[in-house]
Amino acid sequence: MAERTVSVASEVGLHARPAATFVQTAAKAPYDVTIAKAGGSPVSAKSILSVLALDVRQGESIVIRAEGDGAEELLDELAKIASGS
Amino acid sequence: MTAGITAGDENTGTVLAGTGVSPGAGYGPAHVLAGEIPEPDKEARHDGDAAAERSRAERAVEEVAADLEARGARAGGEAQEVLGAQALMARDPSLAMEVGELIAQGVAAPRAVFDAFGRYRDLLAAAGGYLAERVADLDDIRDRVIAVLTGLPMPGVPASADEPFVLIAKDLAPADTALLSKDVVAAFVTEQGGPTSHTAILARSMGVPAVVGCAGATAIAPGTPVLVDGASGQVLLTPDPARVTEARAADEARRAVLSAATGPGATADGHPVPLLANIGGPRDLESALANGAEGVGLYRTEFLFLDRETAPSGSEQEEAYRTVFEAFPGGRVVVRTLDSGADKPLAFLPPPEEEPNPALGERGLRMFRRYPEIMTAQLGALARAAAGVSAKVQVMAPMVATVEEAEWFAGACRTAGLDGPGIMIEVPSAALRAADLIRAVEFFSIGTNDLTQYALAADRQVSAVAGLQDPWHPAVLDLIATAASAASAAGKGCGVCGEAAADPVLACVLVGMGVTSLSMGAPALPWVRAALSRHTLAQCRDAAAAARSATSAQAAKAAARAELPGLDALAL
Repeated sequence: MAERTVSVASEVGLHARPAATFVQTAAKAPYDVTIAKAGGSPVSAKSILSVLALDVRQGESIVIRAEGDGAEELLDELAKIASGS
Repeated sequence: MTAGITAGDENTGTVLAGTGVSPGAGYGPAHVLAGEIPEPDKEARHDGDAAAERSRAERAVEEVAADLEARGARAGGEAQEVLGAQALMARDPSLAMEVGELIAQGVAAPRAVFDAFGRYRDLLAAAGGYLAERVADLDDIRDRVIAVLTGLPMPGVPASADEPFVLIAKDLAPADTALLSKDVVAAFVTEQGGPTSHTAILARSMGVPAVVGCAGATAIAPGTPVLVDGASGQVLLTPDPARVTEARAADEARRAVLSAATGPGATADGHPVPLLANIGGPRDLESALANGAEGVGLYRTEFLFLDRETAPSGSEQEEAYRTVFEAFPGGRVVVRTLDSGADKPLAFLPPPEEEPNPALGERGLRMFRRYPEIMTAQLGALARAAAGVSAKVQVMAPMVATVEEAEWFAGACRTAGLDGPGIMIEVPSAALRAADLIRAVEFFSIGTNDLTQYALAADRQVSAVAGLQDPWHPAVLDLIATAASAASAAGKGCGVCGEAAADPVLACVLVGMGVTSLSMGAPALPWVRAALSRHTLAQCRDAAAAARSATSAQAAKAAARAELPGLDALAL
């Protein structure tokens, strides 16, 4: 299981355009990808509604997890989107 | 009206009456905007074939998602992004899984869709702010999917049509109208709404005839040929072809009168009244110039940033401002600082707490008291953009209620290097004490929509009190006259930039009350220019006196109209 903890730097948090890009990227993986707020329960990173409902604001940390071929690269890409860098 | 008014001979010549809010004649088949999609029956079960029901639901979702994407691709730009995000929500795998689970338990597809969406709806609504606003997007998708599943007419307005249609609705929301163009809409008719409703403002800005407050309109059968007179407010069903030809000919004659009046705004006896355009950004410049605007009387800067999550940078602002300034070399451009709050909240200027009545809350200049750094940034960008252009740039603040606020804003403008600051007169306290406020600033601009809302205590967002939202009310006319006289006594200017200035009859009355310039949505400029050019200043003053002697909005308009014979040729 690959895992990243990312601090969300985008001023809009993980909403709007960053959320859409994040979900569309996660959806490319043939395996489960999850996202959770630090200490919270994980939800599917492929579900825009679940990701929005997490209500991740600027400065908050998220944990993303995936297991499968290329999971490390995928998480790197997702971390980059989420961090807003 | 319970029975539908159907197409056919029996209703030939049926006339419905409403309030004309955007003049001109429009003719086309009725397109009645579908009402709300009813909640599917709680107890509805499918026939037992869960797999078939599930694939029916999946196909409906995909049809809706694909349609949203296709509409986005046609619209392009901002709308494409919004509709694309909606398509992404429709295709949400977690949502599909929940719909599938409910169907597996025997729930019929429409109810399963309703309940599955409901869970996310509650989550987003509970989060508040930006997420709560996405609830409307989610409801729209849900209703579309249920419409496909149940065979109900699809909500929303078609973005294209073989021939322009007459759009009929109870009322129109901005979301209904995002994709509308003059090529598809011949006229608007709504059952609700008044002269300052969204429909009225939109119709005037598009130059499309419109009638609002038209009882019984939504009972018109789809497809019925409809002739709309946006001046008289008459809506004629299945008209005689001769009537249509006649109306079109009259419309053309009227347009000829309009195009005959050219040049700077002035009364028949040569009293100049600069005619300016209300704009929301550089995209409105083309229409303003095409309609002969002498400058900009209201640049609504918040429209540049309505959908923005973060405050725009100084250089981005500077560029948007300079584009507008450069379009009017030597002309006047009046910029209103960010007017956030109430009906147009800005995400980067959140109010500190939920306001029970946003119209009376922290909006306009009041928001700058909370976020002075945003004001400083905007005034700085304006000063930089104004440097080196020949346009006469003037800056004004919205929602000023007291002398102290006016002085505070004027001081900030001078610190930023902006000369001649002004304020809007929208709050009755500012109008009543205009003589005190004018000492703090160089000009007034009256925002009649808000002034009417506050004078009559009638929320612009509440359609039940739309009847009170009429700038012809003598109380509003008195407030305007008070502000105009105070400015005039101080040798300073007092413009009007609300919807009142776009009403050719009221425009004459405003000039008669001492208003020195008029600013409006660009398509109204030729009408107002023609109306002024056909009357002397003395006639305008008589019309103003007659209107202020009346005791109701209706009587005021009738009394003014009787003093303005030149409007006959404009069929107003």
